[in-house]
Amino acid sequence: MLHLSILLWLPAALGLVALLVPARSARWVGLLGAALALALSIVLVLDFDASGAPFQHVTDTAWISALGVRYQLAITGLNVWLVLLTTVGFTFTAAWIAFSDLGVHERAKHVVLHLGIAQSAVLGALLAQDLILFVAFFDLMLIPFFFLTAQFGNGDRVPATIKMIVYTLVGSLLMLVAAIAVGVLATPSGESVSYNLAEIAQRGVPEGSQGWLFACFAAAFLVKMPAFPIHGWLADGYRAMPLPILAVFSGVLSKIAVYGFLQVAIPLLPQGTADLRWIVLIMAVVSILYASTLAFTTFNARLVLAYSSIAQLGFITLGVLSLRPDAASGSLLQSVNHGVAVFGAFLAVAILSRRAGGSEDLRDFGGAATKAPIFAVFFVIVSYAVLAMPGTANFVGEFLILRGAWEGAAPALAIVASIGVALAAVYALRLFIRSSHNRVAPTLEPREGSRVELALMAVPVLLIVALAVHPQQTVDAADHATSRAVQAAAVSVGPEHVQKIVESDPEVRGIVPPSVFSESDPGRVSAAAGGAGAAGGGATGGAGEPAIDPNTGQPVDPGAVQVDPSTGQPVDPGAVQVDPSTGGEGGTIEINPETGQPVDPSTPNEGAGR
Amino acid sequence: MSALAAAEAPHIDWAGLSPLLALFVGAVVVLMVGLLRARFARLTLVPVLTIVAFAASAGLAVWQWDEQGSIMSGALALDSLAQVGVIGVGVAGVAAVLLSIGATAPREAAHGEYHAMMLVAAAGMAMFIGGQNLITTFLGLELLSIPLYILSATELHRRRSLESGLKYLIVGSVGSATLLYGFALIFGATGELDYAAIAREVSAQDLGSDPLMLGGVAMVVVGLAFKASVAPFHQWTPDVYEGAPTPVTAFMATATKVAAMVAFVRLFDVALVGTSGTWGPALAALAAIAMIVGNVGALGQSSMKRLLAFSSVAQAGYMLVGVVVATQLGAQATVFYVLTYVVMTAAAFAVIEAAERETGHDGVSALAGLGRRRPLHAIALTLAMLGLAGVPATVGFVAKLRVVQSAVDGGYAWLAIVLVVGSMISFVYYLRVVAKLWADEEPETAAVAVRPQPVEVEATDAVATKTVAAAPGGTPAAAVPGGGTVVVEGAPILPMTIVAVVAGAAIVALGVVPGPLMTAVEDVARAVPNLF
Repeated sequence: MLHLSILLWLPAALGLVALLVPARSARWVGLLGAALALALSIVLVLDFDASGAPFQHVTDTAWISALGVRYQLAITGLNVWLVLLTTVGFTFTAAWIAFSDLGVHERAKHVVLHLGIAQSAVLGALLAQDLILFVAFFDLMLIPFFFLTAQFGNGDRVPATIKMIVYTLVGSLLMLVAAIAVGVLATPSGESVSYNLAEIAQRGVPEGSQGWLFACFAAAFLVKMPAFPIHGWLADGYRAMPLPILAVFSGVLSKIAVYGFLQVAIPLLPQGTADLRWIVLIMAVVSILYASTLAFTTFNARLVLAYSSIAQLGFITLGVLSLRPDAASGSLLQSVNHGVAVFGAFLAVAILSRRAGGSEDLRDFGGAATKAPIFAVFFVIVSYAVLAMPGTANFVGEFLILRGAWEGAAPALAIVASIGVALAAVYALRLFIRSSHNRVAPTLEPREGSRVELALMAVPVLLIVALAVHPQQTVDAADHATSRAVQAAAVSVGPEHVQKIVESDPEVRGIVPPSVFSESDPGRVSAAAGGAGAAGGGATGGAGEPAIDPNTGQPVDPGAVQVDPSTGQPVDPGAVQVDPSTGGEGGTIEINPETGQPVDPSTPNEGAGR
Repeated sequence: MSALAAAEAPHIDWAGLSPLLALFVGAVVVLMVGLLRARFARLTLVPVLTIVAFAASAGLAVWQWDEQGSIMSGALALDSLAQVGVIGVGVAGVAAVLLSIGATAPREAAHGEYHAMMLVAAAGMAMFIGGQNLITTFLGLELLSIPLYILSATELHRRRSLESGLKYLIVGSVGSATLLYGFALIFGATGELDYAAIAREVSAQDLGSDPLMLGGVAMVVVGLAFKASVAPFHQWTPDVYEGAPTPVTAFMATATKVAAMVAFVRLFDVALVGTSGTWGPALAALAAIAMIVGNVGALGQSSMKRLLAFSSVAQAGYMLVGVVVATQLGAQATVFYVLTYVVMTAAAFAVIEAAERETGHDGVSALAGLGRRRPLHAIALTLAMLGLAGVPATVGFVAKLRVVQSAVDGGYAWLAIVLVVGSMISFVYYLRVVAKLWADEEPETAAVAVRPQPVEVEATDAVATKTVAAAPGGTPAAAVPGGGTVVVEGAPILPMTIVAVVAGAAIVALGVVPGPLMTAVEDVARAVPNLF
């Protein structure tokens, strides 16, 4: 079994090693760390069993036992491809840095160290199965980018990066309070606090508090993306950041926000999601239109990509908040696609900018295709990926998202969002035409990319082609996990919603309580939600609401049978129960005979100083 | 004679008293050694003995850790809360003595007196921490305050230092008087001086809404808020922090905070726990005001000491959250937070003192380019700033986590929201400092900094201090924040580096592995038995 801690800490460890070697070779140490992590994550992806246990390669030890915080890592269907995207992105950036000015900067060690810490933090946020651990890594991953921008950025970098950090921390710190509140509120009296995600989902957060808690989580994720009214840091931050760093920042970090919705906010707070999702959906659609419009009016090449990434994340959010498994899987696919396309796009801007004497103004570009045909071909492929040309995986992702929005949210939203698809074509082609066609700009020195530049550029191009050929892999890996992630929230939305999901994909039936279809009374629906191990589950409504066995549709005594929310299987309390946190990996826990709740052997009941 | 015979002398548990005694004995010995004429005795032996006294006191407190009870017929508590406070004060004291090596203040005030004063103040803190009787508590408060008033004014050649001492004396006396009046009213309402007896009377006579009692509680809140520099009673803090010699500021910021917070916990969670319904919301409001005022006030500061003063106001607000909720979880959170605060603040002040010796002032600009000149200092200050801001992987994050958890658990979720909004503001000024450290620009007074200095300290007293106009650009020296610009020629930097490195390492180590310290702090719950 591959220990996830190795993958997690390897980049940071090699970042520290880079401090010990001479400044000139630091960049190679950084590249080595990123490449090793990439190799490990490829092994993990190949090893991942899409229909197997929900949590694979589990690591679980106590971290802060007094607070009930545990060091729990696992590979799931939600994060497996994002982990690969992360390692690919950081390897790409490390390679780019190794061949650029930053790599021979006299303080190249700092670049390597901070990138290593950033990679570890991002991987930690993806792998964490403990809510506090997730929040810690989510907050931590900003800090290295602060140092990278403040030390190596352009222009008025310190105010810009402080603005960026403070903006994004508004959300992150609110999320910290919300995370603690979720853990504390979900804890039945007399039991120790647990922040394990599956455990909280099983215990259920009181429905009355879910609204503000969801708002706090959504604030953190939407600022990070960013979404329309709270994107103020974006332009300054993107302008100040060095391009290689920006590629990974834009390509990878914003995806953690999407992942956060699927991993934390939606499964833990189904009722809050169902109540407030329209606000987020409308923000997403407005973001698409607003950012697309800005993207084809600005002349700064970076900002074109910055706004295009707001628009793309609008699409992805739309898919996630449609609360349909297929749309959520499409969103994850689109996250990977967009990340890969962005790596290529920022590299193209860097190559063009070097030709144009450092300018990043579209008006200073032009005519690159005449003298640099190979570069232009690569660039056009990247542009096609950005505009989601049919044939690319981006098209598949957007299609899944739009269909999900049509069925799961409202047709009107899908129609408005599809205008964004047309606008994407406008700004992506404008970027390409302005830079590669037209007359050669006076300040531009057209020449073919160097071998290194072309080799780097080939990486995202190859990945785009690979994803176009095999988009199904990503979706398959995610399908079960996204079904589990959205099921409780889908039930909270209403029976019609669930019905539509099952009509379009009968395979999903296994994860939805069948009683939803036999009963039309809305009161029964919420009871069924309890049975699904979500809102008002065994923790809050154990006595009042009969839990429903999802396989048989029969009400069951909550004291007698435990329903494992991650597998949807009833569990015999007398026998050995599968710990939701460790999945099928063999971890076993006892059942307290009085409460019927699982007792974690490692945390005694009197823990947490209560 | 007969009256004396009737008063039976209380049994004295010398072992239990030993942490306090170590400080007092240390003070006497240091004072005597300071009188010797030999340079070695004054310059080396005195600081070493002071460190030994602080370390011995902390070590004896560790030895007494598991004791449970009281000494001197209930005057002083002998429990884990008292021990943890003494350990915190001891650590802060060792750091402050190290920062004083080669500083101007002990030379101008005479080494023996300066260090003895520090030990006496620490002894007062130990009494204040342990006091479970209104009289002992007040005695401790005065014993800790008066030496600090004097210490603030020990840089005799600097007007700012004298001003800060006077200011501290006046404001501090107002605080002490208010507290004393509050104690008197509480005594009037309950007829008891002992904490446990007060708690008993309050519940027995149902004094929760007695005006005399509530008036007393209100005045106690105000008096302690003065001492702990909780807004809106914080106005003295920036001026005193800025004016006092930096080692003294470091000592005040760390040790006094420990003493005040532990006293808060003991007084409110033991003696006044019966009236928590009344003081809870009032303290919550104070904490919220402190967080906002402190963080907003720090935004515009260009002097590092003033910045840390405002940040300490905000941090006091965070720490109060644990007292407000009146739960065991809250008491543990406050104690944990104040201990981590000692570590983070010690690291920050060590770097500031070193920069001040090199550039002659404590402005943020003195730190420019420190990452290049002194990477260890820069890393330590970076960690301290990130820790105070509450970034994950530093101990500040864990401390904040605890406080927020206790707030949410105690039904004060809104206070937790105010706390995170406050820390969000705090990122602006902490990160500005960090950016300055790693920026490329050199400080204005770099010429002074890099000049190789002859290792020559006080051939004849006070001659070694050379006043240098630190701003070569023609700026008048007085314009530099922090008052006069004094560059001590040949002042040692090594002690500062040691403090900075040790504290910096502790910030990260405790942030990644907080378990042991947290387990130790859990014992504090035994000292506040009436909470749940």
